Amino acid sequence: MSSFLGKIIRWSLRRSPWILHFNSGSCNACDIEILAALTPRFDVERFGIKIKASPRHADILVVTGPVTKQQEPRLKRIYEQMPEPKYVIAVGTCTTWGSVFHGSYSTLDGVYKAIPVDVYVPGCPPRPEAIILGFAKLFEKIERGED
Amino acid sequence: MSIIELIFGPQHPALHEPEMFRFHVDGEKVIEAIPRIGYVHRGIEKLFEQKTHVQNIYLSERICGICNVAHTLTYVNVIERAGDIDVPPRAKYLRVIVAELNRLHSHMLLLGAVAELMGFTTLFMLIWRDREKIMDLVELITGNRVISAYNTIGGVRRDIDSDKADKIRKVLLKVEEEWKEYKKTWMEDPTITRRTMGVGILKPRDALKYCVVGPVLRGSGVKSDVRKDDPYEVYGDIPFNVVTYDTCDSWARYMVRVDEILESINIILYALDNLPQGEIRRPLVRRLPEAEAFAKTEAPRGELVYHLYSKGGFKPYRLKVRTPTFANILGATIMFKGERIADIPVILGSIDPCFACEDRHTIVDLRSGKSFMLSSREITRKFSRGSKP
Repeated sequence: MSSFLGKIIRWSLRRSPWILHFNSGSCNACDIEILAALTPRFDVERFGIKIKASPRHADILVVTGPVTKQQEPRLKRIYEQMPEPKYVIAVGTCTTWGSVFHGSYSTLDGVYKAIPVDVYVPGCPPRPEAIILGFAKLFEKIERGED
Repeated sequence: MSIIELIFGPQHPALHEPEMFRFHVDGEKVIEAIPRIGYVHRGIEKLFEQKTHVQNIYLSERICGICNVAHTLTYVNVIERAGDIDVPPRAKYLRVIVAELNRLHSHMLLLGAVAELMGFTTLFMLIWRDREKIMDLVELITGNRVISAYNTIGGVRRDIDSDKADKIRKVLLKVEEEWKEYKKTWMEDPTITRRTMGVGILKPRDALKYCVVGPVLRGSGVKSDVRKDDPYEVYGDIPFNVVTYDTCDSWARYMVRVDEILESINIILYALDNLPQGEIRRPLVRRLPEAEAFAKTEAPRGELVYHLYSKGGFKPYRLKVRTPTFANILGATIMFKGERIADIPVILGSIDPCFACEDRHTIVDLRSGKSFMLSSREITRKFSRGSKP
């Protein structure tokens, strides 16, 4: 990828990042906080962030949950279906190490065991402000040009 | 026209939870719906046995993040019954207040999300904007917005003073006014009534046959509410109505929730007015005697049941959880029959599905020692033929 093209892609990503929300076996608490971040009180749509239904339209994958064994192949498939360049935000403490589900026979204990992660947002569940901060950190990362 | 199999999920735009439905459709008409559950199975019932009774409060809370207060309430109830622990009356009232706030936020969440499914995004945004007021109250009382660990064995963690009580009263009266307006919208707006009236019929006979619970059962005109039938905490002393609608369609099930929001506000206001003085919790009991206990509560989605078997000591021997969505999903397969594909999200939304709750069961074949998960339909099919599982 030429540096000029890379610059354009980074600029467009920064202006309208479309997200895909994927629940990999979370308890719904993080999911309702992500949804709350989209609604008028917090309103992440002012940054151009929009939830998309198809992985082929999305730039950022927002994963919640400790990744159950049932969801692991689906998570990988969805990650592969997303077009490059793609980023992953892991929301919630159980995405980092499993949290209360650590040691269960049916979870992977962390999203990083299935797919690479760019930004972690810890908290059980993180507040919508924390999720917005996670997005801001990712934008910084994109502007610096890191993968 | 031949019958087509339509697969819905596990990753799909309608709900933010993974589950899969296999619909057999003839043109636009759904002939059969086969749920495939288990994507959120996290092995929680096995984890219960590895952790202590106190640690399990936090685990039970994370079965479902939306109705987390209902889960801890039932869990501490079952422990208190097994250990014969007595709870101070003030704590009982505080538990009712937080449980009803939880019901408020859960019903608002569903009604907003369903408005979005129907394409009524304005209503979704308005309801979720007003829901933040309830989240603020939950944060004021418990210290966190969603998962709060408020209930504990022998009482509650935090007390409220008169300032907080006044603030709660003020906000709730405002929310009540707003919901009277929203109720008008849900009753009269053609965007809602034409999408939901007469869609997804569940007759009272079928509702009882398939053992559905909560607002789904009350939407079919059956008067059943654990808070009235088998009062726990102080629901026996608080006057409230059990809301029922008898049109048996999706609209009835949504209206039950709209009216329950107004009832819940009255319950909280009554509990605040009659809050007794005194301590809020007993010293923590860590060890239980050999005992078996059973507790049920009315979670926002229906009857929630915990069954504990303790062999003494710090850890449970077995803790069985039966969640409302697991009971309701079979009823939903009946509602889908004969409806159009476009109505699938509206009908599915009307049972307020919470798949995080229900995906805990596994079936173990003792002969080969293999464990595997089955959908409810596979269970019926396999076991009704009398073949080996």
